[in-house]
Amino acid sequence: MKKLRENNRGLYNFLMKIKPLLYLTPFAVGVIIFSLYPIVNVLIMSFKKNYKYLTGAYDGFGFDNYIYVLNSRDFKNAIGITFKYVLVAIPVSMCLSIIIATLLNKNIKLRALFQTAYFLPMVTSVTAVGLTWKYMFNYKFGVINWLLGLLHIEPVNWLQDPSANFWALAIYGIWSMMPFTIILLLSGLQNIDPMFYTAARVDGAKDLRIFFRITVPLLSPTIFLVLIINSISAFKVFNELFPLFSGPGVGKNLYTMVYYIYDQFRGRTPPKYGYAAAAAIILFLIIFVFTQIQQLIQKKWKY
Amino acid sequence: MKKLKFSAILTYLFLILGAIIMVFPFFWMITGSFKTSQEVSVFPPQWLPKSLYFGNYKFAFETAPFARYFLNSVLVVISSVTVCTFTTILGSFAFSRLRFPGRSVIFGALLAMMMVPFEMLIITNYRTVVQWNIHDTLWALIIPFMSSIFYTYILKNFFDTVPDSLYQAARVDGCSDWKYLWRVMVPIAKPSLVTIILLNAIASWNSFLWPMLATSSATVRTLPFGLYNFVTEGGARNEVMMAAATIVVLPMLILFLFARKYIVNGVARGGLKG
Repeated sequence: MKKLRENNRGLYNFLMKIKPLLYLTPFAVGVIIFSLYPIVNVLIMSFKKNYKYLTGAYDGFGFDNYIYVLNSRDFKNAIGITFKYVLVAIPVSMCLSIIIATLLNKNIKLRALFQTAYFLPMVTSVTAVGLTWKYMFNYKFGVINWLLGLLHIEPVNWLQDPSANFWALAIYGIWSMMPFTIILLLSGLQNIDPMFYTAARVDGAKDLRIFFRITVPLLSPTIFLVLIINSISAFKVFNELFPLFSGPGVGKNLYTMVYYIYDQFRGRTPPKYGYAAAAAIILFLIIFVFTQIQQLIQKKWKY
Repeated sequence: MKKLKFSAILTYLFLILGAIIMVFPFFWMITGSFKTSQEVSVFPPQWLPKSLYFGNYKFAFETAPFARYFLNSVLVVISSVTVCTFTTILGSFAFSRLRFPGRSVIFGALLAMMMVPFEMLIITNYRTVVQWNIHDTLWALIIPFMSSIFYTYILKNFFDTVPDSLYQAARVDGCSDWKYLWRVMVPIAKPSLVTIILLNAIASWNSFLWPMLATSSATVRTLPFGLYNFVTEGGARNEVMMAAATIVVLPMLILFLFARKYIVNGVARGGLKG
């Protein structure tokens, strides 16, 4: 490099100028091909009428795909199921995680051991651990129904009963969502200045009061961040369906939005790329609006 | 004093109960994998196998090419994580330290792209790998994951916390950007880097939807889809299913137990501040 600087001033200066570009290129190539291009392409594809995958032919642009998708009964059901899942899994996992993170943040014995236990499901493979849950949910030999039996509750057919299988999905979803939520909340708690607690104790505040008046408000930025991360992933519920139910439940009763997208281009011959693309854009818009509302609430909530 | 003790007991009871729920599926999977088919199908459930029975593992390895799946998974994880870490280091350094026109605009656009669900991209990406004729090869599982916006975002945030004065001092001493990056920044960022590598390895090892789409032959299958296929096609019995699941989960479980501290600290440091 030094030699180049002395011998070829022009080339050296040029290299210095484009240096940021050289650092960025390896990263950018992947992002452009596998993130940016697909985003633009899906958007265009969603407006192409009668798009034929094999020939690439289409009959102009329009909203036909969107109209079809929004009118299809499957998609309407998918929106309902997905929302139900989000509205059950997010609040429950959030409340439990806040309580556990607060307790883990206290000066307790065996803290490292407890942390390890609570973070363990982070390594979860949806398939492998999902199959384990399937075995635990088993109607006849399942350990969960055994537990219910101890409490004198009738066994539940978790996997085959269409009124129960949603809850099997939600329980597994909440369980696998918790570790990352707890980690983020715990790191948020550790950023709270201990001074606040000392001051509150001096004023004689009780534990529960401290929790609601100090911990929760000061933790609120983290809580909102976690809410956004979790709802983005909960809206995409899909992978869990395979190990637990080998498909979208009983008679499509757990046919989620991502399953709809998947089904349009993998389950149909010829693949309906246009419908899949339109459904993907709708899903994105729903997630976008949902997270924007959360951010709006967060801004209003600050005092 | 008495009241304090009572609340402490309640705290521990709650924490222990929760911890059991979190760990139980792993316990059940591993013990189940050593049970005979009679031991699995009894009610009330039998907690521990009478003896360590390896028949389920033998059966799994004999009926499906799990060794092959395992090798494929290792190959995919090592190559995609290595390349991705490299592109992430270079990219975050450029966004954090180098000056170029449009830097903040581009970074803002990247953050917006992070919100786009991966599921939305797979339609096009599937077509891309088909056009490149690399579908149904291991390349299809590696090439699309060679750079990541999310990990670049985390590392850039960490690089930002390294004081500017360090950079200026190094420049005065005649240290080039390239040397500064590898000799100063990378060693400082080690905890964040380890976190990124671990999160990436876990995600790559467990990825299910993309391998299910992009590959169809058994010779290029990775573990999660191989396991799913084994269970659905073979109609595998519970105890064999648990053995196969253990094969998939165990490597990451071991990795996690060794690196738990790094993950917790790293997420706390890089994920939130910034």
